[in-house]
Amino acid sequence: MNNQDRLALSDDILMKIEKPERYIGHEVNSIIKDKEKIDVRFAMCFPDVYEIGMSHLGIQILYDMFNSWEDVWCERVYSPWLDLDAIMREEKIPLFALESQDPIKEFDFLGITIQYEMCYTNILQVLDLSGIPINAEDRGEDCPIVIGGGPCTYNPEPLADFFDIFYIGEGETQYRHLLDLYKKCKSEGKSRKEFLRKAAKVPGMYVPRFYTVEYNQDGTIKCFTPTEEGIPATVTKEIQMDVTDTYYPMKPVVPFIKVTQDRVVLEIQRGCIRGCRFCQAGQLYRPVRERDVETLKKWAMEMLKNTGHEEISLSSLSSSDYSKLPELIDFLIEECNKKHTNISLPSLRIDAFSLDVMSKVQDVKKSSLTFAPEAGSQRLRNVINKGLTEDVILKGAALAFEGGWTRVKLYFMLGLPTETEDDIRGIAELSNKIAATFFDTVPKEKRVNGKIQIVASTSFFVPKPFTPFQWARQCTKDEFIEKAYQTRKAISEQLNQKSIKYNWHEADASVLEGVLARGDRRLCRVIRRVYEKGSFYDAWSEYYNNERWLETIEECGLSVEFYTHRERSVDEILPWDFIDCGVTKEFLKREWEKAQREEISENCKMKCQGCGAAKFGGGICFQQRHEQGLVTGGC
Amino acid sequence: MKLRVKFKKFGAVRFIGHLDVMRFFQKAIRRAGLDIAYTGGYSPHQIMTFASPLGVGLESNGEYMDIEVNSLTSCSDVIERLNNASVQGIEITSVKILPDNAGNAMASVAAAKYTVRFRDGRTPNISIDSKLPVFLNQEKIEITKKTKKGIRELDLKPGIFELSWDGKAFHMLVDASSAGNIKPIQIIEALLSTADEILQENALLITREDVYTNTGTEENPIFTSLGDIGSELLPTVAED
Repeated sequence: MNNQDRLALSDDILMKIEKPERYIGHEVNSIIKDKEKIDVRFAMCFPDVYEIGMSHLGIQILYDMFNSWEDVWCERVYSPWLDLDAIMREEKIPLFALESQDPIKEFDFLGITIQYEMCYTNILQVLDLSGIPINAEDRGEDCPIVIGGGPCTYNPEPLADFFDIFYIGEGETQYRHLLDLYKKCKSEGKSRKEFLRKAAKVPGMYVPRFYTVEYNQDGTIKCFTPTEEGIPATVTKEIQMDVTDTYYPMKPVVPFIKVTQDRVVLEIQRGCIRGCRFCQAGQLYRPVRERDVETLKKWAMEMLKNTGHEEISLSSLSSSDYSKLPELIDFLIEECNKKHTNISLPSLRIDAFSLDVMSKVQDVKKSSLTFAPEAGSQRLRNVINKGLTEDVILKGAALAFEGGWTRVKLYFMLGLPTETEDDIRGIAELSNKIAATFFDTVPKEKRVNGKIQIVASTSFFVPKPFTPFQWARQCTKDEFIEKAYQTRKAISEQLNQKSIKYNWHEADASVLEGVLARGDRRLCRVIRRVYEKGSFYDAWSEYYNNERWLETIEECGLSVEFYTHRERSVDEILPWDFIDCGVTKEFLKREWEKAQREEISENCKMKCQGCGAAKFGGGICFQQRHEQGLVTGGC
Repeated sequence: MKLRVKFKKFGAVRFIGHLDVMRFFQKAIRRAGLDIAYTGGYSPHQIMTFASPLGVGLESNGEYMDIEVNSLTSCSDVIERLNNASVQGIEITSVKILPDNAGNAMASVAAAKYTVRFRDGRTPNISIDSKLPVFLNQEKIEITKKTKKGIRELDLKPGIFELSWDGKAFHMLVDASSAGNIKPIQIIEALLSTADEILQENALLITREDVYTNTGTEENPIFTSLGDIGSELLPTVAED
């Protein structure tokens, strides 16, 4: 056996655990380098099981970028599943990277992408299994620099103790500078702390140990300040403005086992013009940036060839808003038909165009139609600024029923600000109207199986930082459950209730997600303690222990009520206020007030709302002013 | 045109299960740009059959997959393209064009040859040299096999075509047909049980050397390697 076949786990272990393929590396397009010729070893982690982590596009982009640099070798690491976790603790096997199978502790960097709040305990699992002290302050010179990225870093405070650096924003822009700085510090024999001090001055980097927080009597933040001269008080997000001439993986890693995203993913644009008031991604990734369509065509073909995948999926927050969508889809349909490749088109608005496209790429009889009205009444849809009217939904549904579709999925949220019983009843009434539209549109003799299937699903609203609802009160668990009962009852009272199936999410985890999403540094102790008591894989409902979380929050002298069930004043200092994501607090306040007045805000293409993100030198408003030859600047 | 692809599986990838090996080849064939034939219908799939699933953890020098192609450059070109599209540990060693009347890889499997070693420290205490002849001279080699329907008796003897020990490894040719498939571990466990010894957990290192079809008769089988069927020469194209 040559060196590359050396595995970190023995045959005995690999033979007794579930899916050993999760841990052996060797996948097509994974990168092996000679570690003797490398200056920086970077372990990139998604703190959840392999099948989830391997489906994440961001890691694939950064993996490709790092490995395109000769002096860097980037490898992957995921959370070991519970069976292996127990064995690794028992036999004291350190966590390892998939490519080299070397212990994570030997690396220069451990990068962790933080995509959802419920993975926080898994971050601690990864550190713990790696033999890296959980608190950053306890780490010695022999430990990798632990750096976090991803959407949850827009409020990194509940994780502040565990990370050396948070990279706020898109990874394409500053990593080269950061690694060069690291190499320089290393060659000059500088300490870990000296490197971090310098890193804190690199744009987009937040080094929590150089900041201190003081609290008021009522528990709110009094002040948040740098502890040293030269450390910036505000961290501005990093953003890759040219999304065409940049890194994109032409050879994504192809897993052996079936993962969640078992297909080529083509990211067509970043950002969103829509401004739905509950949506965090819609604000964080502003301004919208489209990729050049000719480049996308080339990338699609290249990636299909290099992976052998049977399917390609378009990815963006709102694909229907991509200006060259018809051209791109026509091209893909033609090429994919030749190659027996499927096309999957999530996040399309239902209209004549999308129905025509969908009928070409999928089996109408088997597929279902998805609408996300998010709220049941027009009043509440105005509050959340979801620009989807009942008229549009019913017309789209009628068109679809004529085209042969008989399955409809509807997504709603319960517990949105200002919600009343009438709004909840609206969920049932809208579902009923869609069913009625089917019976009105499709004559009896043409009905497949004679019926229509509507599945209405509700999730519970979780207010998130950097949204107009960041000040909103979140409902309690009991309120949520009551709302779910009301929804169920209202549906059962509808004429077409037999055609409507209702699903709702669990309320426990939604409340905890609310606590973590808008929490502060004091929650670090809670997360650490709850992990030490045995919690991880909280994102998996079968392993989530709500009682343990509640009990631990109380033990630490904190309250769920404070973090999520109270409405915040717009004057309060929020834990994430030191981050500048482009969108200004003034804009968010205006939107919060408009929401309460049930006023909508037009999208970027219709009218600039002056959100502030134009300062990065892009977006619809910026381009329009640029074309008109006006001076650049904030709206 | 039907092709028979022979490949090795070794090293880390021996932990990849059979279904995932199939998935691997579906994608590898697309990466290699082979002109593979697809079934009809709304969700067409590649026409592909595997000879015999290989258990997780086993290595092999002789695995087989039959595929149907619409056109072909040459067998050596297919080997090269597939190997370029492959990973370390899955290596294509031969490609042959099957005659039209050849049975498919799965249906024609009759026997398999294995090399079986003990892992370090898991060698049994018995003298295999002296026990093996006695073991093989038995009228019947009965074992009990747990199935979904319960426990049933099974005679291994008729399915052991060759079995020898060279001091380091067993070499065995055994029944691998769908009706009478024998696993190497069943034989080793039966051998050890004659000396009241129990095989330690995960004690065996098993390599499948080759898979055979029967080109003789049921009474007088002639085991021919699946890889010896077919030809590397392109058929001459008939003008019409």
